Amino acid sequence: MSLAQLFLELGAVILALAFVGRAAGRLGITPIPLYLLAGIGLGAFMHLGDAPEEFIHIGAEIGAVLLLFTLGLEYTSAELRDNLRAHSRVGVMDFALNFTPGLLAGLLLDFPPLAAVLLGGVTYLSSSGIASKVLSDLGRLGNRETPVILAVCVLEDVAMAVYLPVVAALLLGGSLAAIGVNLLVALAAFALAFFLALRYGHVLSGLMNVQSNEALLLSVFGLVLVVAGAADMLKVSAAIGAFLVGIALSGEVAERTRALIEPLRDLFAAVFFVFFGLQLDLSSVPGVLLPALLLTAVTSVTKFVTGWWGAARAGVQTRGRYRAGTTLIPRGEFSILIAGLGLGLAPKLGPLAAAYVLLTALAGPLLARFDGQLAPLLDRRRREVRAG
Amino acid sequence: MVKLEETPLPGVGVRHDFDGRYGKRVGVITHRDGRREIFVSRRDDPDACALSIVLSDEEAEAVADLLGGSTITRHVSRLSQDIEGLAMDWVNVPSISPYAGHPLGDTMMRTRTGASIVAVMRDGQAIPAPGPEFPLQAGDTLVVVGTPEGVVRAAKLLGGEI
Repeated sequence: MSLAQLFLELGAVILALAFVGRAAGRLGITPIPLYLLAGIGLGAFMHLGDAPEEFIHIGAEIGAVLLLFTLGLEYTSAELRDNLRAHSRVGVMDFALNFTPGLLAGLLLDFPPLAAVLLGGVTYLSSSGIASKVLSDLGRLGNRETPVILAVCVLEDVAMAVYLPVVAALLLGGSLAAIGVNLLVALAAFALAFFLALRYGHVLSGLMNVQSNEALLLSVFGLVLVVAGAADMLKVSAAIGAFLVGIALSGEVAERTRALIEPLRDLFAAVFFVFFGLQLDLSSVPGVLLPALLLTAVTSVTKFVTGWWGAARAGVQTRGRYRAGTTLIPRGEFSILIAGLGLGLAPKLGPLAAAYVLLTALAGPLLARFDGQLAPLLDRRRREVRAG
Repeated sequence: MVKLEETPLPGVGVRHDFDGRYGKRVGVITHRDGRREIFVSRRDDPDACALSIVLSDEEAEAVADLLGGSTITRHVSRLSQDIEGLAMDWVNVPSISPYAGHPLGDTMMRTRTGASIVAVMRDGQAIPAPGPEFPLQAGDTLVVVGTPEGVVRAAKLLGGEI
């Protein structure tokens, strides 16, 4: 294939994403679900050559790695520690309420057990990307319920950092003993790296902190890829390695790196979502629509309860509790990432996760807008219950 | 003195806010990139922001100069930055507190939490270095210094949670 054709096809795909992104901005929603749709459409109506598909595939892998890296970069180790301490109860409740429906749905749909565990992860993880975008775009950062929302997102991200290596070890399969060994190795490697990152992160940060932005970008990006590669070789999952590099970097380096790497992440993450959409078989979508709707309904309620309860603990009133609940409903980037791990396990998992993410990502922001109208209804019912 | 509350916002920055005298909550969010966001709450929904204004670093300084006397917050933040592991906080004595109406010594604060009470604020007046016989009242604000965990435990102790 000629270079010209490769560029033309890739350029067309990325331009299409740009239009989609602008449309999303107009509508006030995040572009993630629309990128998925774009990928699905692309797979259905156009056939890309082998070279662009190859590029998109590798780009998607880099996108997943960078998503996790910037996630780790987002939090300082002190923030993680404080959050674990202060909000562990909400975190446990969040996990119990939102992991279980996915797990049960997976078992009911006759998924293999591991695919059901993955579906649990899909329904568990709120989209911190969508939540933080909603909070800052709507000027809600100063709201009293906001720390609770952010805390839940942080705890979920931490939980995911443990969950991913476990799943990666399980995916390797083999005999029960082999799985056990894999699991142990994965968890030990993760714990060791996490400890080192927390303990000696500042040394790494000092080493990486070079004057020129160009050198910083190159050294960070290079390091992330090397660690991700090494982690993959150790069967720990490339994304987790990247996450730990993110945790280890702190202070000024983290600040500068975030600004430098964000455009890169946005580009490759978009490619990642398109790739996910590309892989989906359009004909299987109608079959999963009903389960996706049911799952959306159930897990919207459970997420809502989590946010409501967490905000209530923080002394927030009805409307704030309502907002906290609805803001957590959307699932997004990480649900897709998890579903992506199990595409081979259950053919329905991918389409189901895609439909589910689309539905929740639309329902959450929509519901959040009506806090003034809907929250009082819940309040009145609560008062009646108390009176009766 | 205004009682400032500090809340960390993971991934965003830090929020400082207080309940204003005229019925609205007022606060400043310091974003990690240095931007400041001033907000006021809505009267009908005190948890939500009615309006927020984002200021750049320099703009924030200009506004602070216009308002004058930003010395308190600056002083406090510098103090906690300078001494690693030391926290200082204003802790309220709620009306449900088991120590309201009891002498300060009854709390055994330093033994039980590792935090010390360095002053009591009452009716806008500061009473520095109160002795163990000093009678606490509901509504008092205690200035507590200790480890971050100690200060948190002190607040729980006064609220009757420990």
